Amino acid sequence: MDLILVAVISLGAIGLIAAVILYVASKKFAVYEDPRIAQVAEVLPQANCGGCGYPGCSGFAEACVKAGSLEGKLCPAGGQAAMEKIAAILGLQAEASEPKVAVVRCNGSCENRPRIVKYDGAQSCKVAHATCGGETACAFGCLGCGDCVSVCRFDAIRMNPETGLPEVDADKCTACGACVKACPRNIIEIRPKGKNNRRVYVNCVNKDKGPVAMKACKVSCIACGKCVKECSFEAITVENNLAYIDPAKCRLCRKCEAVCPKNAIVAVNFPPRKPKVEAPATEAPKAE
Amino acid sequence: MKTFRIGGVHPAENKLSAASAIETLGLPKQAVFPLSQHIGAPAVPCVAKGDVVKVGTKIADAGGFVSAAIFSSVSGKVAKIDSVIDASGYRKPAIFIDVDGDEWEEGIDRSETLVKECSLKPEEIVEKIKNAGVVGMGGACFPTHVKLCPPPGSKAECVIINAVECEPYLTADHRLMLEKPEEILVGVSLLMKAAKVDKGYIGIENNKPDAIKLMQEKAAAYPGIEIVPLKVKYPQGGEKQLIDAVISRQVPAPPAIPISVGAVVQNVGTAYAVYEAVMKNKPLFERIVTVTGKSVTKPSNFLTRMGTPMSQLIEAAGGLPADTGKVIGGGPMMGKALMNIEVPICKGSSGVLIMNDKEARRGEVRPCIRCAKCVSACPMGLEPFLLSTLSDHSEWERAEKEDIVSCIECGSCQFTCPSNRPLLDMIRLGKSTVMGIIRARSAK
Repeated sequence: MDLILVAVISLGAIGLIAAVILYVASKKFAVYEDPRIAQVAEVLPQANCGGCGYPGCSGFAEACVKAGSLEGKLCPAGGQAAMEKIAAILGLQAEASEPKVAVVRCNGSCENRPRIVKYDGAQSCKVAHATCGGETACAFGCLGCGDCVSVCRFDAIRMNPETGLPEVDADKCTACGACVKACPRNIIEIRPKGKNNRRVYVNCVNKDKGPVAMKACKVSCIACGKCVKECSFEAITVENNLAYIDPAKCRLCRKCEAVCPKNAIVAVNFPPRKPKVEAPATEAPKAE
Repeated sequence: MKTFRIGGVHPAENKLSAASAIETLGLPKQAVFPLSQHIGAPAVPCVAKGDVVKVGTKIADAGGFVSAAIFSSVSGKVAKIDSVIDASGYRKPAIFIDVDGDEWEEGIDRSETLVKECSLKPEEIVEKIKNAGVVGMGGACFPTHVKLCPPPGSKAECVIINAVECEPYLTADHRLMLEKPEEILVGVSLLMKAAKVDKGYIGIENNKPDAIKLMQEKAAAYPGIEIVPLKVKYPQGGEKQLIDAVISRQVPAPPAIPISVGAVVQNVGTAYAVYEAVMKNKPLFERIVTVTGKSVTKPSNFLTRMGTPMSQLIEAAGGLPADTGKVIGGGPMMGKALMNIEVPICKGSSGVLIMNDKEARRGEVRPCIRCAKCVSACPMGLEPFLLSTLSDHSEWERAEKEDIVSCIECGSCQFTCPSNRPLLDMIRLGKSTVMGIIRARSAK
């Protein structure tokens, strides 16, 4: 009988002491967490893609709440809609942001860029880039092992087996930039989506001198500078034997596309050109 | 018989060109000299377009302490300083020289007479080696004079000469020992004098019994030099493996280097180059290159001027076979597949191996079956399957903890893998990434 009594009393006492310690600790070491962090995290897409520059969605939520303003903050996956919701929760103003998209700047398809050797090492662009110049004579272009495809969390980038190049689905792409980091050759660039999804860009990253680049690929930029002269908005620069169109200055006039002798400049999602009808009309009077 | 303690594999030896005496290859039409053909800073050109150079004229200065000067192997005119596609397919700066005649710099002793007596001080020998642009001829091309200047706090106790030639197919070192044994031994004595030691070992694998016998006979006249026959096992030519095999000392993990255990390791080709540089005033501008392969008509060893395109060597060995699958610069284990055969012979080009289509093909990659063959093959005691996975998953911190930087990239793991996994490809990627991280950390 005694034994049971001792057990009950001692256990009860231990329980009581523990309860007191726990209570004191919970009060003394309590960490206040802003309830809005959880609310903000809830409206985020929870893709944890890291495109915002913070470690995952909860990191971004905390940063939004703590910063006190949404300046310079954007969740690329959630886009403007998510930012508006966050702004509503925090009572702040969401910054107007331009939708962006990943652009693969290489057109070295099997047809344009002949394969001169066969790479049979590990199927990883990083390994291929470190061991050799790739299967073609172009040491800058796409290696085609698909590192960008495997890092995409939105299923927005796919290998086209016909061209051997990755293709971005602009509707699915959130411009999180994971593919940009994965590409060892810095071929992929995040560019503004453009009005009606229209974009003009140099579809090449070859920095070799003209003749070398010309030999390697049918559609390489040879830095001839014609586009620079043609551009009325000073949007195009040639550096290291490569032209680059600054999306902030480009007005999408497409004049550069027309003058590029190598078809290295591409304009996407534009309606078909009309000038084909105009050209004979202007030529006709001359002939007369 | 001695060998190193852990790991190692034994690939088929295939020393097809072992019986072919060294032939002197003709001059190229144009010689190309890449500016970085050694470990360390690239060399800096000291000639300009249009300059006339002779054989043995310095055309590029060392770009730093860990760097080496480059000498012209031909006489003629500097055509241009431009970029050339190297073995990996990338463009690297290089000096192009159009060949015209064969006029040598004065002061180079071209006679065959053996010069044994050397009254130079150790520092003077090192200076001469440095001024002749001598680098390790085994393939890594580490500047020789740097190895002979031990960092403060460490002291050399012996010189170990790597005459192992553990790579299958290659026979350049083997032929050199058979044809120039005395020169090599004088070179070794010079290296011993320069390193201020009185003990020298020459490690030779016992698949070269003729070389072992000849060297043993000749070495009797050279005090302090001992020939050490070694059991055939790859990668015995690795510095750390050779030290383990010859003097039974183990080099700890990086940053420790061979000198930490008192050893200075040099290749047998380097010993010969040192002899020529010090005794004959001849800078490093030619080397012996093995051209071999199962389908090659005439597997040969050529004494080749640097800058000669590999295609010329292949032509001299009977031309490119029709069933060529891969052309490899170096041996089959550590060599690199070439993207084009116009690449020039450099200081580290020990061989050109032409593999036929069947040999060259890699097997289908299958899942890892956890057989641990790679673990028992690794001569550094690493776990290749784990390192490769960590590298694949970009787990750099863990890879660093698992000592990925200790990997010597010998390829034994990949050779032995029954699932044909590209273990070394992934480990190499991980190693270079982790080394970059370590460098960035220490720079802070």
